[in-house]
Amino acid sequence: MANKVTTFLKDKLLLVWRGVIKENPTFVLVLGMCPTLGTTTSAENGFGMGVATMAVLIMSNMVIALIKNLIPDKVRIPAFIVVIASFVTVIQMLMQAFVPSLYASLGVFIPLIVVNCIILGRAEAFASKNGVFDSALDGVGIGLGFTLSLTVIGAVREVLGSGAIFGYDLGCGDYMPLVFVLAPGAFLVLGFLMVLFNKFLKK
Amino acid sequence: MKSSLKNMVLVLFCITLISSACVGLVNMITVEPIARAKEAAVKAALAEVLPEFDATEKSEHTADELLIVAYKATKEGEVVGYAIESATKNGFSGLVRLMVGFDTKGTILNVNVLEQAETPGLGAKMTEEGNPLLASIQGKEAPKTNLKVKKDGGDVDALTAATISSRAYAEAVARAYSVFKVVAGWEREVQATTGASNTNGGEASNHGNFEPKRGKE
Repeated sequence: MANKVTTFLKDKLLLVWRGVIKENPTFVLVLGMCPTLGTTTSAENGFGMGVATMAVLIMSNMVIALIKNLIPDKVRIPAFIVVIASFVTVIQMLMQAFVPSLYASLGVFIPLIVVNCIILGRAEAFASKNGVFDSALDGVGIGLGFTLSLTVIGAVREVLGSGAIFGYDLGCGDYMPLVFVLAPGAFLVLGFLMVLFNKFLKK
Repeated sequence: MKSSLKNMVLVLFCITLISSACVGLVNMITVEPIARAKEAAVKAALAEVLPEFDATEKSEHTADELLIVAYKATKEGEVVGYAIESATKNGFSGLVRLMVGFDTKGTILNVNVLEQAETPGLGAKMTEEGNPLLASIQGKEAPKTNLKVKKDGGDVDALTAATISSRAYAEAVARAYSVFKVVAGWEREVQATTGASNTNGGEASNHGNFEPKRGKE
């Protein structure tokens, strides 16, 4: 019995872990590049985008796993998109109403989540084939992977480009190459981090 | 489930119906708290840029095709200052909105950036305390100040390597001043803000956030 429980826990933990490393959405699956490149101008922004995406991903994964048997195959994509878009709208309204301070810092990212193909990708590749609980865990794993990647990219760009980290000034801002906070720097940092990630972490 | 026409139409119809019902329901629940939160944010911004007051009178104006909201603040019936919620479309990315507080003589008391999406570390420095933009105009009398960046022959210190953001800031403050002149009764009509004439020329490029602007910000 105890053995069964440990295997079960190990399985679930692996499911989450897989989303962070082996199927890291940014560095391995290379999904959702638009928000990745666009919002990682600072570590804080990257982190915010990651967390907001994770919240939507977990919920949409669960709902889609729940209704997957009711949806005819040929219309599954529009059905998924309607579910995801509704979730994003609901989350945006709830945040704006009850946690306006959080909305002030994350608000700009929320509408961007709808166009993030990670959400649709996970709905299609995982949630539409697995149970509710596993789908939620997949959402946690992929969400964590996305958040970590975006925070790291944001941190590297912020340090190299404006000489600060999480808004804390390191005092060398004037000597840093500006290009890293601008669009070309996003591509450079993403490319180099992708190389490092695949070389050292993904076995 | 089988993909027959009847199935597909029915299921998709039901999903959209339920989803829109949910969104509608949440909207009904949140519409009031959202309005209250927005009001609280405006109040907090007003308190930042104005001296102590006990009542405000709101009025709406149009300047250069932008809606500008003005608040006349009074204490015990006497006017203590004006706060103007101004904006510009000429920032580096997206709208720059700020609240400018004036006293009755037109002295710029404080500027509070309400909304901006400028580049972090460059243009976004306009939100920091004691940034050169604010430092160069705070406490100055607007009628005696040329509200343009120094590069354009004005009195406003620009942010390093962020000329476009600095110009946008100066333009929004100048627009606030032109509305102030109307609410304070100095002038009858809101005058167009210089520099805003390029608003129309730049309109086409203002639609996307990724407009290819050349050179330093």
